[in-house]
Amino acid sequence: MSTPRPTRRSVAALALLACAGTAWAAGGDLGQAVKQPINWTAISMFAAFVVGTLFITKWAAAKTKSASDFYNTAGGGITGFQNGMAIAGDYMSAASFLGISAAVMVGGFDGLIYSIGFLVGWPVVTFLLAERLRNLGKFTFADVAAFRFAQTPVRVFAASGTLVVVAFYLIAQMVGAGQLIKLLFGLEYWIAVVIVGALMMVYVLFGGMTATTWVQIIKACLLLCGATFMAFMVLYSFGFSTEAMFAKAVEIKTGIAALAGKSPDDAARQGFSIMGPGGFIKDPISAISFGMALMFGTAGLPHILMRFFTVPNAKEARKSVLWATVWIGYFYILTFIIGFGAITFVLANPQFLDGAGGLLGGGNMAAIHLAKAVGGNVFLGFISAVAFATILAVVAGLTLSGASAVSHDLYATVWKKGKADGASELRVSKITTIALGIIAVVLGIVFEKQNIAFMVSLAFAIAASANFPVLLMSVLWKDCTTRGAVIGGFLGLASSVLLTFVSPAVWEQTLGNPKGSALFPYASPALFSMTIGFVGIWLFSILDKSPRAAQDRAGFEAQQVRSETGIGALGASGH
Amino acid sequence: MQADLATRIVRDPRYQELKSKRTRFGWWLALSMMVVYYGFVLLVAFNKPFLATRLGTGVTTIGMPIGLGIIIFTVAITAIYVRRANGEFDALTEQIAKGALE
Repeated sequence: MSTPRPTRRSVAALALLACAGTAWAAGGDLGQAVKQPINWTAISMFAAFVVGTLFITKWAAAKTKSASDFYNTAGGGITGFQNGMAIAGDYMSAASFLGISAAVMVGGFDGLIYSIGFLVGWPVVTFLLAERLRNLGKFTFADVAAFRFAQTPVRVFAASGTLVVVAFYLIAQMVGAGQLIKLLFGLEYWIAVVIVGALMMVYVLFGGMTATTWVQIIKACLLLCGATFMAFMVLYSFGFSTEAMFAKAVEIKTGIAALAGKSPDDAARQGFSIMGPGGFIKDPISAISFGMALMFGTAGLPHILMRFFTVPNAKEARKSVLWATVWIGYFYILTFIIGFGAITFVLANPQFLDGAGGLLGGGNMAAIHLAKAVGGNVFLGFISAVAFATILAVVAGLTLSGASAVSHDLYATVWKKGKADGASELRVSKITTIALGIIAVVLGIVFEKQNIAFMVSLAFAIAASANFPVLLMSVLWKDCTTRGAVIGGFLGLASSVLLTFVSPAVWEQTLGNPKGSALFPYASPALFSMTIGFVGIWLFSILDKSPRAAQDRAGFEAQQVRSETGIGALGASGH
Repeated sequence: MQADLATRIVRDPRYQELKSKRTRFGWWLALSMMVVYYGFVLLVAFNKPFLATRLGTGVTTIGMPIGLGIIIFTVAITAIYVRRANGEFDALTEQIAKGALE
């Protein structure tokens, strides 16, 4: 493939803007396939970053001796602010950064619906769960869900819920990472995904929770700085007038629509459509269902819930959610600006487009191209490296929570009845890490073409339907019983997975069945599967008259005392 | 935790006060967050043209300040809870713990 050399280092923002304005008019250029030659500046930044994080892993490995060190950060010795940064880091994943900025670039306002949905779960977590989790739990959310229940069935459920959510979340991260590496190094997509899988295993196997937490904190700072710079440059080029930015974006979208053969009126309408909700959510049921998945999914994500056990007390747990919410909210405002920046700088610049008018390297690469447009190769390298570190750290965090579900909940508690020694528990989590890495690679290859923010929304739907109802009911509802929690939880899990499988995104787009053949027409299953989960827990709890149920109900008072006051849990993280 | 410690705490009126105050506060805030968010979602679902109404003569629509407003509201409401919980509720918890462990 012949390749026009990419422009030299960053051109002045205004010059680029002018060129962006005319680029779509010179439509003939779009016909050429543009493939970036190997970009050494970006790659060396990138390599420096990966090496840096590996050093953190090596440092952390020296400190990771017991199973407790492996899952839990330095035995609860982390402050609320640091933990808030780590939570924000977990949450500002590839899906948030690459996926949402890409969604904004494509749909404008529709992308904001994602951001808001991902954010509004945080207050709910704070008000209803965060401190109670801290007071009841130790390693995994199953510790909380199973607090007063029969251990075996509840832990089997919690581990299943964890693993399914982790698998879906992993897919999104792998796809993002694969596309990023492919774009940067010109590697085949599948090779890129295998490399990510291998690196992730190194982080988790040797560094454990301590390493992933520190990588997460550092990366969160760098990502926030990088995104701030990008948003600043975008706003700067429009004289800090969002109106000017929106106007330019509408103009470019209109131009693209006109180029595609739309009549001037239709083109103008299509161009303006980015300023309001559009085709992403077509029907009211999808909108509500999708909204529920995003809002309540946060409270069921195992790798996020796990973070509440790494702070010393409820006060720090609350502080950490507040910090996380502040940074995540700020970050989503930035991604919105970045998405619009991508419309104005990237969409209209043939340098970033492939022959068909799509983005070079796939639809999720909007923010990466914008980095080059506003900051040249050095900044491109910086943002790519941060995005990659983001993915690695999130993947590592997810894998860790999956691994602890298997080793702590299934192996140590269910299989060994609590008599497993630390060494064998650690071995099981390491084996699980490898297995999860392989699964993630395979799924990442299968789901290559999906928008990663959307994939994550499916993980949220499952978390909201399975983990969240069980957690909420077990903590807050006296009459909840083992049987109710387990049956209801599995019903929520099974229905959300099944409905996801037969939804248009998976059944048609991923599995290649003909359009319109999906049995479940809505964008998200949460409205239905969450209802099934909650009703299932309620129904099977009130019908449960077994001796175990009496014991479960009798245990509520003591559990509540501990969840409300933390007495009995004070210093629990000292293990 | 010993059963008698739990029973003692449950009998403490301050514990009952803490429990009801915090639970009520938490649910009220959660409810207001849900009203704001689902209000937005229902607008997206049923009244897309409203969100796409132009403010003035430019292209900026009313959906933009609404979206930004929800993000700010989310952070603010979290801050309100954390402030009260870390002050008032924690002080109460401390008293309860002191009373129970004596």
